[in-house]
Amino acid sequence: MPETRALRISGALALAAALVALPHVLSFSQQEILVFLVINVLLVMSYRFLALTGEWSLGHVVMMGVGAYASAIVSKRLGFPVPLAMFTGAAVAAVVAWLLSFPLFRMKGFYFLIGSFAAGEVIRLLWKRFRDPFGGPKGLKRIDELPDIELGALQIDFFDPVAYYYFCLIVVVVSLWFLFRVERSRVGLTFHAIHWRDNLAASVGVDTRGYRTLALVIASFFAGLSGTLFAHYVGAINPNRFSVEEMVYVLTWAIVGGTATFYGPILGVVLLTALNEVVFRELGLEQARPLIYGVVLIAFVVFLPRGIESVVPRLLRVGGGLSLSGGRRGT
Amino acid sequence: MTELLLQTVVNATYAASYLALVAVGLVLIFGVMGIINFAHGEFYMLGAYCVVAVYADLALPFLLSVAVGLVFVSLVGMAAERALFRPMRENPLGGLVVSIGLLLILQSLATLGFGVRMEHIPPPSQTVVQLAEGVGIPLQRLVVILAAVALLGALWLFLRRTRWGWALRASAQDPEAAALQGISMAVASRIAFAIGAALAGVAGALTAPLVRTYPYMGHSVIVAAFIVIIVGGIGSLEGAVLAAIAYAFAHTFVTTFVDGVIADIVGLLLMLAVLIVKPTGLFGSRDRA
Repeated sequence: MPETRALRISGALALAAALVALPHVLSFSQQEILVFLVINVLLVMSYRFLALTGEWSLGHVVMMGVGAYASAIVSKRLGFPVPLAMFTGAAVAAVVAWLLSFPLFRMKGFYFLIGSFAAGEVIRLLWKRFRDPFGGPKGLKRIDELPDIELGALQIDFFDPVAYYYFCLIVVVVSLWFLFRVERSRVGLTFHAIHWRDNLAASVGVDTRGYRTLALVIASFFAGLSGTLFAHYVGAINPNRFSVEEMVYVLTWAIVGGTATFYGPILGVVLLTALNEVVFRELGLEQARPLIYGVVLIAFVVFLPRGIESVVPRLLRVGGGLSLSGGRRGT
Repeated sequence: MTELLLQTVVNATYAASYLALVAVGLVLIFGVMGIINFAHGEFYMLGAYCVVAVYADLALPFLLSVAVGLVFVSLVGMAAERALFRPMRENPLGGLVVSIGLLLILQSLATLGFGVRMEHIPPPSQTVVQLAEGVGIPLQRLVVILAAVALLGALWLFLRRTRWGWALRASAQDPEAAALQGISMAVASRIAFAIGAALAGVAGALTAPLVRTYPYMGHSVIVAAFIVIIVGGIGSLEGAVLAAIAYAFAHTFVTTFVDGVIADIVGLLLMLAVLIVKPTGLFGSRDRA
């Protein structure tokens, strides 16, 4: 229908304008938080992509770390230019995920969860143990930032959070578009089939293991990409940044938002970050962050197991059919 | 060299004993409820903080503080079972997520109550028992070993010789059949959580003066306990004890003769190898207990 189409386009344009304008109404420290938020959106969305096949991993943040470490090392040691190093980092994360898929996809469900945790911890301990080239417990420092761009009058310094925010935004939007297209393709439908009826899918000739591996590799590529975005902005990484505690936050975002729709995890990470940075920082409750995450996690599993996304359609219907969601209702 | 070897054996025995206490509790809870409790390391941590509060801060006798640890952590376990885990029964992912939430809550409460810094606990006893020339064990560690043997022995008798023990094993083997025989699943779960949490609490209380006591101390213990229950066969109590001994010896020997991080890696690789080759564990069967 042309009317919904117009609504969609205007909704998308409004969203784009809001995203472009957003950093200019924020303070400097809030702009930095915004950069991390965009990076975390990519991380949690790549996590959801793996969850499409029904497997929940506890090693996903380590895959982010693999990207960050690989990218930092190739730019520091081998002198790769930063954009190329970023791509290399993400590709290394994908390759590591492919190698790990051989032992890990002998397991399913709970065993996969524990196995992915163990594999991730082994990688993290290797970073800790081998000072060369991983820098040991203190990690790597002085990682190159994106080089400045000078195009005549236009000068872009990526040390500035606003500039880096725009850069991340472009990378993340392109990545999300790719993930969205894959999810809506035959491949994505096959993931669905594997999630809900894996034996049936296998019995009609679907290579379930192959598709699971594909999901893991793609998810890890984008997790690695989010890691490289992080590493070249902050300039320092260490093994603890990618520990299982961080993984718990990603899990919380995914569960609070819900994983059935494309927008669910984005809602989760945006709302929880806003809650954390705006409300708790103002109230001086930052120390209690894990406590509040714990309570939120339990409350959602008990009272709203399908996440915030499950109440969004109801809210929109109550609002007199005005579709503010840009028409993206998910699956 | 023989002295060093013997000393390492003694140290490994000590490590095995408290690890077995934690792992057996974890297996018991899994057996009856089908839930893996990620917050089990925090039960251990709570036990240690009972010693901080009662023994180090109030200067009451050490054994009293251990008893407080046992009772308090057992009550926390029962409360968690009633409020959080019972609604998640037979919902492994939900139960797991809830236990991660509980883990975060208990860690932050410990941080808010006592601070993140390591607690100083004066040693209850400085005595070292000489076992042979150059091989000794501090009395405190010997107490941990003896307590572990006594408690695990008592648990074994309870499970084999009492009606409640039979009920617990029955509900682990086949919940529906057990329920049809009139065994209350709610009571069985509560007992499993009470015992499992109490064992972790006692382990934490007894080892508090010997390890670094701080709010995140549960992390290394829970990782070791997971390795143990996977290697031993998830759901097998005897397997957990044997695997605790095997893991503690492997870990202590590699730590002593190579280094600690490599020992952690070896432990995790051991678990991965078991998961790949025989996911039911070395001593596990298809049943849960």
